Amino acid sequence: MEGSFITTKFNYILGWARKFSLFHYPFVTACCGMEYMSAACAHFDLDRFGAGWTRFSPRQSDMILVVGTISQKEAPILRTVYDQMTEPKFVIAFGTCAVSGGIYDNYAVVQGIDQIIPVDVYIPGCPPRPETVLDGLIKLQEKIQNQEQEWKWKKRK
Amino acid sequence: MEKKKIVEELKEKFPEKIKETSSDFGDDTVIIDRDFLGNLVQYLRKEPYEYTMLLDLTCVDYLGREPRFEMVYHLLSLTEKHRLRIKVPLSEKNLSVESMASIWKNANWLEREVYDMFGVRFYGHPDLRRLFMYDGFEGYPLRKDYPLRKRQPRIPLRK
Repeated sequence: MEGSFITTKFNYILGWARKFSLFHYPFVTACCGMEYMSAACAHFDLDRFGAGWTRFSPRQSDMILVVGTISQKEAPILRTVYDQMTEPKFVIAFGTCAVSGGIYDNYAVVQGIDQIIPVDVYIPGCPPRPETVLDGLIKLQEKIQNQEQEWKWKKRK
Repeated sequence: MEKKKIVEELKEKFPEKIKETSSDFGDDTVIIDRDFLGNLVQYLRKEPYEYTMLLDLTCVDYLGREPRFEMVYHLLSLTEKHRLRIKVPLSEKNLSVESMASIWKNANWLEREVYDMFGVRFYGHPDLRRLFMYDGFEGYPLRKDYPLRKRQPRIPLRK
Protein backbone atom coordinates (compact mmCIF):
# COMPACT_ATOMS: atom_id res chain seq x y z
CA MET A 1 0.00 0.00 0.00
CA GLU A 2 2.86 2.40 0.79
CA GLY A 3 4.21 1.80 -2.68
CA SER A 4 0.92 2.80 -4.28
CA PHE A 5 0.85 6.05 -2.25
CA ILE A 6 4.25 7.00 -3.65
CA THR A 7 3.21 6.02 -7.17
CA THR A 8 0.04 8.11 -6.98
CA LYS A 9 1.93 11.10 -5.64
CA PHE A 10 4.56 10.74 -8.33
CA ASN A 11 1.80 10.50 -10.92
CA TYR A 12 0.35 13.76 -9.58
CA ILE A 13 3.69 15.57 -9.57
CA LEU A 14 4.51 14.41 -13.06
CA GLY A 15 1.11 15.63 -14.29
CA TRP A 16 1.69 19.00 -12.62
CA ALA A 17 5.11 19.29 -14.27
CA ARG A 18 3.85 18.29 -17.67
CA LYS A 19 0.82 20.53 -17.79
CA PHE A 20 2.86 23.67 -17.12
CA SER A 21 5.58 23.04 -19.69
CA LEU A 22 3.68 22.52 -22.90
CA PHE A 23 6.09 23.42 -25.68
CA HIS A 24 3.87 23.73 -28.71
CA TYR A 25 4.37 23.18 -32.39
CA PRO A 26 2.11 25.45 -34.48
CA PHE A 27 0.92 23.62 -37.60
CA VAL A 28 -0.59 26.77 -39.07
CA THR A 29 -2.15 26.45 -42.52
CA ALA A 30 -4.92 29.02 -42.78
CA CYS A 31 -6.60 32.18 -41.50
CA CYS A 32 -6.97 30.81 -37.95
CA GLY A 33 -3.25 31.56 -37.74
CA MET A 34 -4.05 35.23 -37.10
CA GLU A 35 -6.08 34.27 -34.07
CA TYR A 36 -3.34 31.91 -32.96
CA MET A 37 -0.82 34.77 -33.15
CA SER A 38 -3.14 36.95 -31.12
CA ALA A 39 -3.55 34.24 -28.50
CA ALA A 40 0.19 33.59 -28.34
CA CYS A 41 1.26 37.23 -28.09
CA ALA A 42 1.19 39.65 -25.20
CA HIS A 43 -2.51 40.58 -25.10
CA PHE A 44 -3.74 37.09 -24.30
CA ASP A 45 -0.44 35.38 -23.65
CA LEU A 46 -0.35 31.59 -23.70
CA ASP A 47 2.81 31.88 -21.60
CA ARG A 48 0.73 32.49 -18.49
CA PHE A 49 -0.23 28.82 -18.67
CA GLY A 50 3.25 27.58 -19.42
CA ALA A 51 2.58 27.05 -23.11
CA GLY A 52 4.48 30.05 -24.34
CA TRP A 53 7.50 28.45 -25.88
CA THR A 54 6.95 27.82 -29.57
CA ARG A 55 9.21 25.09 -30.93
CA PHE A 56 9.40 24.85 -34.70
CA SER A 57 10.61 21.29 -34.51
CA PRO A 58 8.21 18.43 -33.74
CA ARG A 59 10.96 16.57 -31.88
CA GLN A 60 11.16 19.27 -29.20
CA SER A 61 7.44 19.85 -28.71
CA ASP A 62 4.81 18.28 -26.47
CA MET A 63 1.67 19.70 -28.02
CA ILE A 64 0.75 20.21 -31.67
CA LEU A 65 -1.73 22.96 -32.49
CA VAL A 66 -3.37 22.15 -35.82
CA VAL A 67 -4.53 25.59 -36.88
CA GLY A 68 -6.59 25.73 -40.05
CA THR A 69 -7.80 23.68 -42.97
CA ILE A 70 -6.02 20.41 -43.70
CA SER A 71 -6.36 19.34 -47.32
CA GLN A 72 -6.08 15.78 -48.54
CA LYS A 73 -2.79 16.71 -50.15
CA GLU A 74 -1.43 17.87 -46.83
CA ALA A 75 -2.65 14.92 -44.73
CA PRO A 76 0.53 12.79 -45.03
CA ILE A 77 2.62 15.79 -43.91
CA LEU A 78 0.56 16.26 -40.76
CA ARG A 79 0.75 12.52 -40.08
CA THR A 80 4.56 12.60 -40.44
CA VAL A 81 4.92 15.61 -38.14
CA TYR A 82 2.75 13.88 -35.54
CA ASP A 83 4.80 10.68 -35.78
CA GLN A 84 8.02 12.64 -35.29
CA MET A 85 6.89 14.09 -31.97
CA THR A 86 8.20 12.44 -28.82
CA GLU A 87 5.96 11.01 -26.10
CA PRO A 88 4.04 12.34 -24.27
CA LYS A 89 2.29 14.24 -27.05
CA PHE A 90 -0.99 16.08 -27.19
CA VAL A 91 -3.06 17.40 -30.08
CA ILE A 92 -5.35 20.41 -30.19
CA ALA A 93 -7.66 20.90 -33.17
CA PHE A 94 -7.90 24.67 -33.51
CA GLY A 95 -10.89 26.07 -35.41
CA THR A 96 -13.84 24.55 -37.21
CA CYS A 97 -11.86 23.39 -40.24
CA ALA A 98 -9.48 21.31 -38.16
CA VAL A 99 -12.35 20.00 -36.03
CA SER A 100 -14.72 18.89 -38.79
CA GLY A 101 -13.69 20.33 -42.14
CA GLY A 102 -16.01 23.27 -41.57
CA ILE A 103 -17.61 24.79 -44.63
CA TYR A 104 -15.28 22.87 -46.92
CA ASP A 105 -17.37 19.76 -47.47
CA ASN A 106 -15.70 18.89 -50.75
CA TYR A 107 -13.18 16.71 -52.57
CA ALA A 108 -10.11 18.52 -51.33
CA VAL A 109 -10.44 18.84 -47.55
CA VAL A 110 -10.05 16.31 -44.73
CA GLN A 111 -13.28 16.22 -42.72
CA GLY A 112 -11.65 16.74 -39.34
CA ILE A 113 -8.06 15.94 -38.41
CA ASP A 114 -9.22 13.11 -36.15
CA GLN A 115 -9.41 11.10 -39.34
CA ILE A 116 -5.60 11.29 -39.45
CA ILE A 117 -4.30 11.70 -35.89
CA PRO A 118 -5.89 11.31 -32.42
CA VAL A 119 -7.12 14.61 -30.97
CA ASP A 120 -7.23 15.58 -27.28
CA VAL A 121 -9.07 18.90 -27.30
CA TYR A 122 -11.33 20.41 -29.95
CA ILE A 123 -11.61 24.21 -30.07
CA PRO A 124 -14.54 25.23 -32.30
CA GLY A 125 -15.04 28.67 -33.84
CA CYS A 126 -14.42 30.27 -37.19
CA PRO A 127 -11.96 31.48 -36.02
CA PRO A 128 -12.11 30.84 -32.24
CA ARG A 129 -11.61 33.85 -30.01
CA PRO A 130 -8.40 33.87 -27.96
CA GLU A 131 -10.48 33.35 -24.80
CA THR A 132 -11.81 30.14 -26.33
CA VAL A 133 -8.26 29.07 -27.08
CA LEU A 134 -7.20 29.71 -23.50
CA ASP A 135 -10.23 27.75 -22.30
CA GLY A 136 -9.23 24.85 -24.54
CA LEU A 137 -5.69 25.01 -23.19
CA ILE A 138 -6.95 24.87 -19.59
CA LYS A 139 -9.10 21.88 -20.53
CA LEU A 140 -6.02 20.14 -21.89
CA GLN A 141 -4.12 20.95 -18.69
CA GLU A 142 -6.91 19.37 -16.64
CA LYS A 143 -6.77 16.33 -18.84
CA ILE A 144 -3.01 16.02 -18.42
CA GLN A 145 -3.25 16.46 -14.65
CA ASN A 146 -5.89 13.77 -14.25
CA GLN A 147 -4.60 11.20 -16.67
CA GLU A 148 -2.53 8.14 -15.82
CA GLN A 149 1.05 9.24 -16.53
CA GLU A 150 3.63 7.21 -18.35
CA TRP A 151 7.29 7.14 -17.39
CA LYS A 152 10.29 5.11 -18.29
CA TRP A 153 10.79 2.79 -15.29
CA LYS A 154 7.08 2.46 -14.52
CA LYS A 155 5.88 -1.04 -13.56
CA ARG A 156 3.52 -2.26 -16.24
CA LYS A 157 0.64 -4.52 -15.20
CA MET B 1 -19.04 54.33 -77.83
CA GLU B 2 -15.52 53.10 -78.33
CA LYS B 3 -16.20 49.89 -76.45
CA LYS B 4 -19.03 48.75 -78.67
CA LYS B 5 -16.90 49.35 -81.73
CA ILE B 6 -14.38 46.58 -81.13
CA VAL B 7 -16.95 43.83 -81.22
CA GLU B 8 -18.54 45.32 -84.31
CA GLU B 9 -15.18 45.65 -86.02
CA LEU B 10 -14.32 42.04 -85.33
CA LYS B 11 -17.66 40.95 -86.71
CA GLU B 12 -17.04 42.87 -89.92
CA LYS B 13 -13.49 41.64 -90.26
CA PHE B 14 -14.20 37.93 -89.66
CA PRO B 15 -17.86 37.37 -90.59
CA GLU B 16 -17.66 33.55 -90.89
CA LYS B 17 -15.36 32.92 -87.95
CA ILE B 18 -17.20 34.81 -85.24
CA LYS B 19 -20.22 32.82 -84.23
CA GLU B 20 -21.82 35.17 -81.77
CA THR B 21 -21.15 38.42 -79.95
CA SER B 22 -22.70 40.22 -77.04
CA SER B 23 -22.06 43.42 -75.12
CA ASP B 24 -24.37 43.07 -72.16
CA PHE B 25 -23.67 45.60 -69.42
CA GLY B 26 -20.42 46.59 -71.10
CA ASP B 27 -18.98 43.06 -71.08
CA ASP B 28 -17.82 42.57 -74.65
CA THR B 29 -17.90 38.89 -75.49
CA VAL B 30 -16.92 37.03 -78.63
CA ILE B 31 -17.79 33.37 -79.19
CA ILE B 32 -15.56 31.65 -81.71
CA ASP B 33 -14.53 28.24 -83.00
CA ARG B 34 -11.64 26.34 -81.52
CA ASP B 35 -9.53 26.50 -84.69
CA PHE B 36 -9.72 30.27 -84.90
CA LEU B 37 -8.47 31.02 -81.38
CA GLY B 38 -4.77 31.33 -82.21
CA ASN B 39 -5.33 33.60 -85.18
CA LEU B 40 -7.75 35.85 -83.33
CA VAL B 41 -5.44 36.22 -80.37
CA GLN B 42 -2.50 37.11 -82.59
CA TYR B 43 -4.66 39.66 -84.38
CA LEU B 44 -5.88 41.22 -81.12
CA ARG B 45 -2.39 41.52 -79.70
CA LYS B 46 -1.30 43.83 -82.49
CA GLU B 47 -2.20 47.46 -83.06
CA PRO B 48 -4.64 49.09 -82.86
CA TYR B 49 -6.13 46.84 -80.13
CA GLU B 50 -3.09 45.66 -78.16
CA TYR B 51 -4.82 43.13 -75.93
CA THR B 52 -1.47 42.21 -74.44
CA MET B 53 -2.60 41.01 -71.04
CA LEU B 54 -4.31 37.72 -70.20
CA LEU B 55 -6.28 38.34 -67.02
CA ASP B 56 -7.80 34.92 -66.64
CA LEU B 57 -8.28 31.67 -68.43
CA THR B 58 -10.77 29.14 -67.20
CA CYS B 59 -13.35 26.58 -68.19
CA VAL B 60 -17.07 26.18 -67.53
CA ASP B 61 -18.98 22.92 -67.47
CA TYR B 62 -22.54 23.25 -68.80
CA LEU B 63 -23.71 19.72 -68.03
CA GLY B 64 -26.51 18.55 -70.29
CA ARG B 65 -25.79 21.04 -73.04
CA GLU B 66 -23.97 20.36 -76.28
CA PRO B 67 -21.17 21.43 -76.59
CA ARG B 68 -20.72 20.73 -72.93
CA PHE B 69 -17.60 22.72 -72.04
CA GLU B 70 -16.62 26.30 -72.72
CA MET B 71 -13.17 27.82 -72.43
CA VAL B 72 -13.19 31.47 -71.33
CA TYR B 73 -10.34 33.93 -71.93
CA HIS B 74 -10.33 37.37 -70.37
CA LEU B 75 -8.11 39.88 -72.14
CA LEU B 76 -7.13 43.40 -71.17
CA SER B 77 -5.82 46.13 -73.41
CA LEU B 78 -3.64 48.47 -71.41
CA THR B 79 -3.56 51.18 -74.06
CA GLU B 80 -7.29 51.09 -74.81
CA LYS B 81 -8.21 50.41 -71.16
CA HIS B 82 -10.69 47.85 -72.35
CA ARG B 83 -11.53 44.25 -71.55
CA LEU B 84 -12.62 41.56 -73.96
CA ARG B 85 -13.89 38.07 -73.29
CA ILE B 86 -13.37 35.22 -75.73
CA LYS B 87 -15.40 32.03 -75.37
CA VAL B 88 -14.58 28.76 -77.10
CA PRO B 89 -17.20 25.98 -76.89
CA LEU B 90 -15.74 22.47 -76.67
CA SER B 91 -17.55 19.15 -76.96
CA GLU B 92 -16.82 16.34 -74.54
CA LYS B 93 -15.66 13.96 -77.26
CA ASN B 94 -12.86 16.18 -78.49
CA LEU B 95 -11.84 18.08 -75.40
CA SER B 96 -8.73 19.87 -76.57
CA VAL B 97 -7.71 23.37 -77.54
CA GLU B 98 -4.60 25.18 -78.61
CA SER B 99 -2.26 26.23 -75.79
CA MET B 100 -1.68 29.94 -75.20
CA ALA B 101 1.45 29.33 -73.13
CA SER B 102 3.76 30.46 -75.91
CA ILE B 103 1.93 33.79 -76.15
CA TRP B 104 1.28 34.51 -72.47
CA LYS B 105 3.56 33.12 -69.79
CA ASN B 106 0.81 33.03 -67.18
CA ALA B 107 -1.30 30.79 -69.39
CA ASN B 108 1.10 27.98 -68.57
CA TRP B 109 -0.13 27.43 -65.02
CA LEU B 110 -3.70 28.48 -65.76
CA GLU B 111 -3.92 25.79 -68.41
CA ARG B 112 -2.40 23.26 -66.06
CA GLU B 113 -5.13 24.15 -63.57
CA VAL B 114 -7.86 23.69 -66.17
CA TYR B 115 -6.27 20.41 -67.23
CA ASP B 116 -6.30 19.22 -63.63
CA MET B 117 -9.82 20.35 -62.78
CA PHE B 118 -11.67 19.72 -66.06
CA GLY B 119 -9.50 17.39 -68.12
CA VAL B 120 -9.10 19.74 -71.08
CA ARG B 121 -6.01 18.88 -73.17
CA PHE B 122 -3.91 21.77 -74.48
CA TYR B 123 -1.86 20.88 -77.49
CA GLY B 124 1.41 22.76 -77.79
CA HIS B 125 1.70 23.15 -74.02
CA PRO B 126 5.34 22.86 -72.84
CA ASP B 127 4.67 20.98 -69.61
CA LEU B 128 1.12 19.71 -69.19
CA ARG B 129 1.18 18.17 -65.70
CA ARG B 130 -1.43 18.41 -62.98
CA LEU B 131 -1.16 21.44 -60.74
CA PHE B 132 -3.36 21.10 -57.63
CA MET B 133 -4.37 17.50 -57.07
CA TYR B 134 -1.97 14.76 -56.06
CA ASP B 135 -0.80 11.74 -58.04
CA GLY B 136 -3.37 8.99 -58.07
CA PHE B 137 -6.37 11.32 -57.91
CA GLU B 138 -8.96 10.02 -60.34
CA GLY B 139 -11.53 12.11 -62.14
CA TYR B 140 -11.90 15.84 -62.60
CA PRO B 141 -13.26 17.46 -59.45
CA LEU B 142 -14.73 20.64 -60.92
CA ARG B 143 -16.85 18.81 -63.47
CA LYS B 144 -20.51 18.87 -62.59
CA ASP B 145 -20.79 15.09 -62.66
CA TYR B 146 -18.04 14.55 -60.10
CA PRO B 147 -19.77 13.13 -56.97
CA LEU B 148 -20.15 15.84 -54.33
CA ARG B 149 -19.03 13.74 -51.36
CA LYS B 150 -16.50 11.54 -53.09
CA ARG B 151 -13.21 11.46 -51.18
CA GLN B 152 -9.89 10.11 -52.37
CA PRO B 153 -7.57 10.25 -49.35
CA ARG B 154 -3.83 9.89 -49.87
CA ILE B 155 -3.26 7.96 -46.65
CA PRO B 156 -5.59 5.47 -44.94
CA LEU B 157 -7.96 7.25 -42.57
CA ARG B 158 -8.35 6.24 -38.93
CA LYS B 159 -12.13 5.72 -39.13
